[in-house]
Amino acid sequence: MPIQVLMPALSPTMEKGNLAKWLKSEGDTVKAGDVIAEIETDKATMEVEAVDEGTLGKILVPEGTADVAVNTPIAVILNDGEDGSVDYASVKPEASKAAAAPQQARTAPSAAAEPPKPLAAPEPDVPEGTEMATMTVREALRDAMAEEMRRDETVFVMGEEVAEYQGAYKVTQGLLQEFGAQRVVDTPITEHGFAGLGVGAALAGLKPIVEFMTFNFAMQAMDQIINSAAKTRYMSGGQIGSSIVFRGPNGAAARVAAQHSQDFSAWYSHIPGLKVVAPYTAADFKGLLKAAIRDPNPVIFLENEILYGQSFPVPKLDDYVLPIGKARIARPGNDVTIVSFSIGMTYALKAADELAKENVAAEVIDLRTLRPMDTETIVESVKKTGRIVTVEEGWPQSGIGAEIAARLMENAFDWLDAPVTRVAGKDVPMPYAANLEKLALPTVAEVVEAAKAVLYR
Amino acid sequence: MAVAQNQAQDLAQSAAARQPAVVRADGAALANMTKEQELSAYHLMLLIRRFEEKAGQMYGMGLIGGFCHLYIGQEAVVVGMQMALKPGDAVITGYRDHGHMLACGMDARGVMAELTGRRNGYSKGKGGSMHMFSAEKGFFGGHGIVAAQVPLGTGLAFAAKYRGQDNVSLTYFGDGAVNQGQVYESFNMAKLWNLPAVYIVENNQYAMGTSLARASATTNLSKRGAAHGIPGEQVDGMDIRAVKAAAEKAVAWCREGNGPILLEMLTYRYRGHSMSDPAKYRTREEVEKVRNEHDPIEQVRRRLIESKRASEDDLKKIDARVRDVVNEAAEFATHDPEPDPSELYTDIYADEAR
Repeated sequence: MPIQVLMPALSPTMEKGNLAKWLKSEGDTVKAGDVIAEIETDKATMEVEAVDEGTLGKILVPEGTADVAVNTPIAVILNDGEDGSVDYASVKPEASKAAAAPQQARTAPSAAAEPPKPLAAPEPDVPEGTEMATMTVREALRDAMAEEMRRDETVFVMGEEVAEYQGAYKVTQGLLQEFGAQRVVDTPITEHGFAGLGVGAALAGLKPIVEFMTFNFAMQAMDQIINSAAKTRYMSGGQIGSSIVFRGPNGAAARVAAQHSQDFSAWYSHIPGLKVVAPYTAADFKGLLKAAIRDPNPVIFLENEILYGQSFPVPKLDDYVLPIGKARIARPGNDVTIVSFSIGMTYALKAADELAKENVAAEVIDLRTLRPMDTETIVESVKKTGRIVTVEEGWPQSGIGAEIAARLMENAFDWLDAPVTRVAGKDVPMPYAANLEKLALPTVAEVVEAAKAVLYR
Repeated sequence: MAVAQNQAQDLAQSAAARQPAVVRADGAALANMTKEQELSAYHLMLLIRRFEEKAGQMYGMGLIGGFCHLYIGQEAVVVGMQMALKPGDAVITGYRDHGHMLACGMDARGVMAELTGRRNGYSKGKGGSMHMFSAEKGFFGGHGIVAAQVPLGTGLAFAAKYRGQDNVSLTYFGDGAVNQGQVYESFNMAKLWNLPAVYIVENNQYAMGTSLARASATTNLSKRGAAHGIPGEQVDGMDIRAVKAAAEKAVAWCREGNGPILLEMLTYRYRGHSMSDPAKYRTREEVEKVRNEHDPIEQVRRRLIESKRASEDDLKKIDARVRDVVNEAAEFATHDPEPDPSELYTDIYADEAR
């Protein structure tokens, strides 16, 4: 039987890649383990190995093709005696194996995987006629750091693989080349140590950007973040504070199970002395990271691995800085409020699309900052709609949705026409199995259902 | 071990090692001290001793709350170390911190008022005994979590190097802290990047109620940096001349750009771990023996008299001045008002965002 070679997934969240180069031609003999092609993603270039012996019968995707979806057949390997005159559609697929892939191949499940529709102007106060550039969240974050490092030489980046490797998720790409090893510092794998070292440098007046490869590993550093960074200003009577950003991907990735898939938004938002930022669009990531770096307080800057590769319009402005603590109305509407943040916005916006088909106008609020929380924007929306659904990937107990519900009891009780309803991650550790993982995360259908429930429809 | 030995040789050959020093009968290097230095050290150590005795009394009277860890017995360590510093150097320690603050030149009234939780305390009454700071004096706390100050102090050294200054950071921690993982995370980075960090283990023999031997698989703590290539030595922390000699050597080592260094100060606390410690884990005789034979203040006092650098009368005058300062601090800290209730919500954010 001829064997299909499929476009491999090179990371947990890869959805597509470019077929950079074929290293074998049609008719070439290949052995298992031979490198047959090179695949490029926005993070890295990887080699594709043949998984079986035979002859490269047909190349289905020519080199130079961009945005080839994972699992697309890219070539067919023929066994001895077979010829190329086969019906390729019927060929049994067999996944090819990527050489030197740092993480297991997988695809992103859930609604979050599909790229969102570009939104309108990301910020109402962007001057009319401002030119927009389309860029990924990853590029927006890199640009924000580079701009702030050019502006202030006390700003430096430290973390695991941030320099020579160019970032485990390629967020710090190019920074070493521009700013040198003194300001782009590769650390050992030592979260507790380098988080504390960063805080110490901040107490001495530097402005560190501490990258955690993911926030799962920041739990090792929790004492330094909470006890040293968040509290020192208070404990010193205002004498000494720390202007420091802790940033990195937070929340569920894809198929990496319980220890590498969790949302710490609520944890950090609990702590006085910290600011907590969790944007969704590339423009917000850029404007808020610049603000976080300039902020004189410790800022927890929560990114999301699945969002890194997604593109959004970003205003082409020399110095695009957004205020921390202000929510954004991502989509206006009068019937029901849906409030979310970070990747939760993906569910919220898709649900709003679905609801629109049934003539329900949902107002979608992107919190962007979790602490200080923009209660006013939520309350104003509820005064208009009388109904609200909160959406987050984190666990429900003591979550962001729970906090919003409490604030609405305190500030908008008389305006509510239905109970505040939460859509959250399920109250379980993240499972590995694809079907269970899907069940553990919120879905667009759950948001739609919750919105209808508060509308009594 | 080869690396550690090489480091030790480097240390011996460094300019830092060529400080003028005399050698005690047991081989310890002792710094020469001028009359002024000896008198000033006596004064400062006595201030710390009397301050701590007063703090103990005030704790007993209910004027000081919570945890209160006294430094009595260990005075020579901070006073000797401080003699090697210059402006711009940074000091950080754990929660047994009153002596460090006085040695840094912080005002006794402000420290005592912080202990009583009053508005003119160094932290406006919000920090207490374990959490006090002085940006002006280069004192970065006062940290309540055992060993948390070690990465922070390493960061202070990182900042000095980043800015191209020849300043150093002194990071103090106890024999209890040496078994925390973050100490070794810090050692590794400090040597990897050759940061100007002087690590000072104040080995007072007991981590709360647990003796060193009951908690540590190896008890020569000066070797705890060896795996990271950090040279270390044990120092008689009860003899200010030995401390000063070691301090000058270590600080010069760092200023020369050789990276971190570790000093294990062999010292002893006369009081319990905190005010609520009945100290059942050691005998009264053990404490008395150290007090009688090795007291850091008495050693200096005896030398001053024997060398005729000072008369009994001269020292009595110093004693009286110290008592006045301490009594005045206690008086101030007793009558200074508590912080205004509005202070509850200040100093959380630089911009008071909520």
